Amino acid sequence: MSEQSTATISTVTVSINGSSVTVPEGASLKDACGVAGVEIPTLCWAANLTPANACRLCVVEVENSRTLVPSCSRQVEEGMVVQTDSERVHHSRRMVLEFLGSSVDLSQADDLARWSKAYGADPDRYGNSPARIEEEIKIQDNLYIRDYDKCVLCFKCVDACGDDAQHTFAIAVSGRGFGARISTEFDVSLPDSACVYCGNCVAVCPTNALQFKSEFDLREAAAWKPEEQTVTRTVCSYCGVGCNLEMHVQDNTIVKVTSPNDHSVTNGHLCIKGRFGWQYVQPVATE
Amino acid sequence: MADLHLTEDRASATEVAAIDAAIAAVSLDPAVVHETERLVRSGTKRKNDRRHGLLPALHALQKESGWISPGGVNHIAEVLQVPPAEAFGVASFYELFRVDGAPDQEDDVVHVCVDAACQIAGADQVIADLEAAGKQVHRSPCLGQCERPVAQFIQGRRKPDWVEADAEDELWNLPQKHDPSLKLLKRVGRIDPTSLDSYVGVGGYAALSKAFALGADQVIEEVLASGLMGRGGAAFPTGIKWQGVAGESGQKHIVVNADESEPGTFKDRTIMENDPFALIEAMTIAGFATGATKGWIYIRGEYPLATKRLEGAIVAAREAGFLGEGIARSSIDFDIEVRRGAGAYICGEETALFNSLEGFRGEPRQKPPFPTTNGLFDQPTVINNPETLLNVLDIVQDGGATYASTGTGGSNGQKLFCLSGHVNRPGTYEVEFGPTLGDLLGLAGGATGELKAVLLGGAAGSFIGPDMLELPLTMEATREAGLSLGSGVIMAFNDSTDFPAVLTRLAEFFKNESCGQCVPCRVGAVRQHEMLVRTSANPSEADSQLLNEMDQVMKDASICGLGHTASTAVRSAIALGLIGGQS
Ligand SMILES: Cc1cc2nc3c(=O)[nH]c(=O)nc-3n(C[C@H](O)[C@H](O)[C@H](O)COP(=O)(O)O)c2cc1C
Ligand code: SF4
Ligand code: SF4
Ligand code: SF4
Ligand code: FES
Repeated sequence: MSEQSTATISTVTVSINGSSVTVPEGASLKDACGVAGVEIPTLCWAANLTPANACRLCVVEVENSRTLVPSCSRQVEEGMVVQTDSERVHHSRRMVLEFLGSSVDLSQADDLARWSKAYGADPDRYGNSPARIEEEIKIQDNLYIRDYDKCVLCFKCVDACGDDAQHTFAIAVSGRGFGARISTEFDVSLPDSACVYCGNCVAVCPTNALQFKSEFDLREAAAWKPEEQTVTRTVCSYCGVGCNLEMHVQDNTIVKVTSPNDHSVTNGHLCIKGRFGWQYVQPVATE
Repeated sequence: MADLHLTEDRASATEVAAIDAAIAAVSLDPAVVHETERLVRSGTKRKNDRRHGLLPALHALQKESGWISPGGVNHIAEVLQVPPAEAFGVASFYELFRVDGAPDQEDDVVHVCVDAACQIAGADQVIADLEAAGKQVHRSPCLGQCERPVAQFIQGRRKPDWVEADAEDELWNLPQKHDPSLKLLKRVGRIDPTSLDSYVGVGGYAALSKAFALGADQVIEEVLASGLMGRGGAAFPTGIKWQGVAGESGQKHIVVNADESEPGTFKDRTIMENDPFALIEAMTIAGFATGATKGWIYIRGEYPLATKRLEGAIVAAREAGFLGEGIARSSIDFDIEVRRGAGAYICGEETALFNSLEGFRGEPRQKPPFPTTNGLFDQPTVINNPETLLNVLDIVQDGGATYASTGTGGSNGQKLFCLSGHVNRPGTYEVEFGPTLGDLLGLAGGATGELKAVLLGGAAGSFIGPDMLELPLTMEATREAGLSLGSGVIMAFNDSTDFPAVLTRLAEFFKNESCGQCVPCRVGAVRQHEMLVRTSANPSEADSQLLNEMDQVMKDASICGLGHTASTAVRSAIALGLIGGQS
């Protein structure tokens, strides 16, 4: 019986930069690269979301394919020959990083800064005043802020709010092309929208375009010190589901709450109570 | 879907009536569409069998109120169970929907084309005159009427949309009328496109009878043997698509891609306005051959006459028993619905078209999977261009081998070309594959003035010089020259052309039409346009080098053909010396 069930797990063998790796059928090329020990830069991919396929940072070269392919979502096929280090791959990744750097505020996107450096991206070579995503910061409540100047349109927040986690659909992509923005209907304020303040969109945002208000206020006061923060894991006390919480604490004060991506109950997603309901531990002074 | 949260805005009584009527006219039949699975971002699944009523509902709201009002969106959201943020996201994707506030004028909106053929014919002046006359004017991308510039389309307020030129002379665009060598266009001008009897009177529906006699498998064999290749731009073998879908099971679809928005293209409009029954018969044959029972025509929103003719033809065919259950006294079921686009070039990309029809944003899906297995509503789908399908009638009648013996061997059969710009007799021309570029220009009466360049294949194609007049316009010869026939566009430019202006507008077209989904195209198309503006379309050596780098990432890493081809025409113009090179 057990022999039979192991026999039915099909595997696929592909070549990554010349070395052969075997992975389960249905794995992505990115998974296969991981097995081969090759790091793939990603922006719109996340372990707890369906691949959005939009940023194209993860592209690799597959033999006999006219274009490069997104490794985050392309499934392995038997005998694929993959190059992750070719000049073509480097060129595309560098250009994607340059395009983003020239149009979006990436000052708080740490991963992107690291890759931009690694790939030698020079976002300053597009003339004196290249068009940018210019948006006013939206502060509409005390829980989180939206600074779409920093938005790379990775779709992560939309999918976290929608099909992939929350099923609230408070936000969507509106407009087209360079004018596309993440927005509620007619850009109504969050309190007027369907938002239930689960904060799952904030947790997945890779650029800090979405930011907890607690973090935003500290940054404004130049008092945000991630290197001094401790993270303590606990279980949410509100209901019986058993969500794991990570309390980020700075100067003996809770500054934000996340949940581990690999936790089987939450997959990183929480509800308003676990995410924001910690004032009873730490009353907020009202003036 | 969870309970929807709606703002307090309420639709007016007239908005409710207009929206409800539009939705009632759509078959929201769960037996046909039992599940819509969204694959835009490869794999997200959502059940919602009403969502494909969204585009028709938005059209009705726009017509009633002159914009997409918050109250109207709330009503649509409730009836179709679509989250309002998503309904807004969809509405804001389209040119024909206004989302930024009620218009301050009550009258109709005049859309004036500003793309190449109309640009060189004086579109700016026409717009200035209309504005001076107090009209609501919208600068539009190509309206598919390049043979009669400056093209206009009028979006009626509380009345149907129309095109002024349609009323003047509907056959104006067929200079070869009554030429006995015509095959694809042989009925144009000979039949009354509103009369099924007239169509049957010249042999209409004989091909369907023949198809029934041959049997489904043999029809596919004939299409395979014909070597017919798609006429929508990608030149994929039609028989292979059909065979793929025939081999699938479950609900299947035939979709006609009548979005025709590639600048310079208007041939499909010629077919649909003048010979609508032929397209319907060809779709029915495709349905019979592949086992698909549901047909859809997705037609661009700016083709009111073609839409009216097709809708009329479908009703007539249904009444006569050629559509519906047990068509033509057989046991085969097949029926067709027409869906109007709302102004978006990208919705001609096949997977963007599926999303648009399903009620999602017209964003292309990553391929694979391909439409033959995961098409409309994630079900097996044949998607073809109208011209492609028209060829099937003769293939079925005369046999695939006979068809394959015409043309050049590498390119079989007949081909439609759209001639516009600086030629004496612009219009849709039909030839058997073989003639050269010079021959085609000759058919159209030659260039007016001194010919400087030809845009071959559309905005996604390339500029070539007068030294290429000997180029045979076949798939193989163009491929060998590093070119593409695309959708059959031949746009001529003479020595009076302001090429910097034409190229700057062309770059603006791609900037405006990018769906915005992927980084290379969303930003690359903007940077390309900025460069042309910044340099007054006189890019330096270094600029050209940067343009090549941008082209490379758009070709390599964009999701769809729009990004892949966004720089092709600009780079060809630089190579040809039409722009740049002057310091
Ligand atoms: C940006 C873009 C726009 C397109 N527009 C059209 C169109 O308007 N009509 C069309 O038939 N094909 C269009 N295509 C090609 C379609 O994706 C598809 O290949 C075609 O409809 C298949 O039909 P065929 O095999 O009969 O040519 C477009 C492709 C791209 C990338
Ligand atoms: S907080 Fe939750 S409900 Fe609100 S927009 Fe973000 S994901 Fe959606
Ligand atoms: S707000 Fe953040 S998560 Fe949402 S699309 Fe923009 S960058 Fe991505
Ligand atoms: S290439 Fe352009 S049009 Fe195509 S999916 Fe990407 S952004 Fe959209
Ligand atoms: S990580 Fe693969 S496309 Fe963004």
